[in-house]
Amino acid sequence: MDLALADETLARWQFGITTVYHFLFVPLTISLAALTAGLQTAWVRTGKEKYLRATKFWGKLFLINIAMGVVTGLLQEFQFGMNWSEYSRFVGDVFGAPLALEALLAFFFESTFIGLWIFGWDKLPPKIHLATIWMVSLGTVLSAYFILAANSWMQHPVGYRINEESGRAELTDIVAVLTQNTAVAQFAHTMTAAFLVGGAFMAGIAAYHLMRGRHVAVMRTSLRVGLVTMVIAGALTAFTGDRLGKIMYDQQPMKMASAEALWDTEGPAPFSLFAVGDVENGHNEVAIEIPGLLSFLAHDNFSEEVPGINDLQEQLEETYGPGDYRPNIPLAYWSFRWMIGFGMASTALGAAGLWLTRRRLWLSERLRTSEDEPPRLALTRDRTLSPALGGWYWRLMLLTMLFPLIANAWGWIFTETGRQPWVVYGVLPTASAVSPGVSQGEVLTSLVIYTVLYAVLAIVEVRLVVRYAKAGPPELTEADLNPPTRIGGGRAGETAADRDDRPMAFSY
Amino acid sequence: MELHDLWFVLIAFLWTGYFFLEGFDFGIGVLSGTLARDRAERRVLINTIGPVWDGNEVWLVTAAGATFAAFPEWYATLFSGFYLPLLAILCCLIVRGVAFEYRAKRPGERWQRTWEHAIVWCSGLLAALWGLVFATMVRGVPLDADAEVTGGPLDLLHPYALLGAAFTFVLFTFHGAVFAALKTTGDIRVRARRAAAWLGAATAVLAAAFLAWTQASSGDGWSLGASAVAAAGLLAALAATARGREGWAFACSGIAIAAIVAALFLALFPNVMPSTLNEAWHLTAEDAAATPYTLRIMTWAAAFATPMVIAYQAWTYWVFRKRIGTQHIA
Repeated sequence: MDLALADETLARWQFGITTVYHFLFVPLTISLAALTAGLQTAWVRTGKEKYLRATKFWGKLFLINIAMGVVTGLLQEFQFGMNWSEYSRFVGDVFGAPLALEALLAFFFESTFIGLWIFGWDKLPPKIHLATIWMVSLGTVLSAYFILAANSWMQHPVGYRINEESGRAELTDIVAVLTQNTAVAQFAHTMTAAFLVGGAFMAGIAAYHLMRGRHVAVMRTSLRVGLVTMVIAGALTAFTGDRLGKIMYDQQPMKMASAEALWDTEGPAPFSLFAVGDVENGHNEVAIEIPGLLSFLAHDNFSEEVPGINDLQEQLEETYGPGDYRPNIPLAYWSFRWMIGFGMASTALGAAGLWLTRRRLWLSERLRTSEDEPPRLALTRDRTLSPALGGWYWRLMLLTMLFPLIANAWGWIFTETGRQPWVVYGVLPTASAVSPGVSQGEVLTSLVIYTVLYAVLAIVEVRLVVRYAKAGPPELTEADLNPPTRIGGGRAGETAADRDDRPMAFSY
Repeated sequence: MELHDLWFVLIAFLWTGYFFLEGFDFGIGVLSGTLARDRAERRVLINTIGPVWDGNEVWLVTAAGATFAAFPEWYATLFSGFYLPLLAILCCLIVRGVAFEYRAKRPGERWQRTWEHAIVWCSGLLAALWGLVFATMVRGVPLDADAEVTGGPLDLLHPYALLGAAFTFVLFTFHGAVFAALKTTGDIRVRARRAAAWLGAATAVLAAAFLAWTQASSGDGWSLGASAVAAAGLLAALAATARGREGWAFACSGIAIAAIVAALFLALFPNVMPSTLNEAWHLTAEDAAATPYTLRIMTWAAAFATPMVIAYQAWTYWVFRKRIGTQHIA
């Protein structure tokens, strides 16, 4: 069968499409859960209405988003067995454990407490209601940890042995699987990148409203929270990315050599800024480089040798026998660049925004604005940005919402496709992982159905987000300002009859 | 008891939890298309499961994940073998989940009707498809020596599997009607009670046929006992419905569902996937199990987490224990 339609190829496309789609919602869910919880905490502590309105506004967007995150995640739990049954048989003993732990310890948390949070505004006293959103947030973070530990095992298998008799991988050390350096670094990098997404999302939507001078009090706060989150998360993403990169150079040199289109082993090795390569013959035709930087990224010094693709290929053939051990090199090269480029661009825009909208320090008295006015964008102590430039900053901020999402997607495309041709690095080739009993027609059918269904849902979801983002924060109702004091919904001095016939604060 | 036997029981328990909890979610979904007279009543029904349906669904995810961890062979064979029904199930779960969350996000009539239809159809299909999958699994599939399912999708359409699909559809709709009678107030409660009586009678007939067939083809003494409990549960649920004892009726229909799931798993044991081609190719719990080390870790995790999950889910039901009527829908 033509390779373009090999079962493996279709199953890979399906996994790629569904996972990338899932991961558009995941980082936003993880970060918005925590940011919404933070805003609600501010409301419970200070009683200021702007925090409650902000909580309700971002909470609504969070819910629209998490709905898609949940249903697209559901599919992943089944896809291993459906399309990759040989993989599931081979690694189930090791890989299944983090997956089951994730469901038991994290998914139940998330799903149960999100129900309490959504419907509990008039059923739970404020502090208990606040605890429910923190539980949701904890659930999102825990689930990310378990699934990243599972993925990290595929990148760098530890804590297992191969049973010669059954030909299967067997778990020998769960602690090693859950705490290995790849898992910790992947988790740190993914978490910080997720918060970059959430920060940019908040800052972008806040900029949209501030540009029009609407909902100023809530959006000023949101902008500030968003920008601070972006800058801190962006800096930490760069730091954790550097650490993760060093681990990758150690564990998967081929992936990193491909990321840099470094064909021949060099020391000191240069960092590539732009390259056009000849994959067939294994060299670059155009290369613009910064000398020595790659050695630093790989080994923390500017001169050490970094192995190149051609030499690694030979080395891997010696270890594993003949075959092509190179991933798709242009894809690895460019996805790595898009990831860093978009991620760092959004961080820089966040830092610029933080400076332009600064308040007391370094800003002259006459430029300071009150809580009910949009902040003046001030370049120096006494000079504001011209209105035209200011308008452009707000617009750029709105656009920046998408940058970290793009960076997240490319980062995962890089890390996953850079591991090819292995599904478990150095242990199980992707080609031997697909389901032998599933026909090409079945995989093609499901691929088409999922893609179409996801595309339709994406349009619906984006239109809803835009609609609610544009509408701005809701006005508070009587019920919002008069929260229950008892579990079940009672307020002080209220009879049971009053309580029982009151409309629900939220209903589907 | 060996660890893999314990895990067989735990997997059966997770499926029991799933069908007990999602059973009435499916039923409510189906009934929101027929029992409710107008939009306000449809919303009443949907909101009886509003805060809990997501948590209920996680029982399925956990059952799948636990099967992957404890019985990788079973997970691989089952999910790749039932490719097309699972594809349909996943699509229904996706659309239904989004429908619950997005239905009320826009005021338009067309928007809301579309999502309401999606809830009805997806719930009904899910209720039937799970019966199809489970009946086929118990009956056996054309499994070759490598534990791979051979044969085409038409193998699924055996009369026993179709009976299973019809049975779970009616059973879950009945369970949903009983739940609706318990959770609503006003007109809709009266109608739910009446529907529960009819559906209960239909369930009893189908249950007799399905359980007898199961018993005849793959049952043993234990599954016979579970079937007897299921029959008693259904009859008690019917009697309680007739007397207007809604709490009891729900408890009994719950017991019936648990006993039916138990009967199916007992009929299956010690296999997890029997082969219709050759008895020697049956996939047994012992063959499919993970290593003792993995099972031990999973046992500790389950012993720690399961009571906690049950406790906080029960608390959620208690927080939202009030009946809902049209007056509560703003």
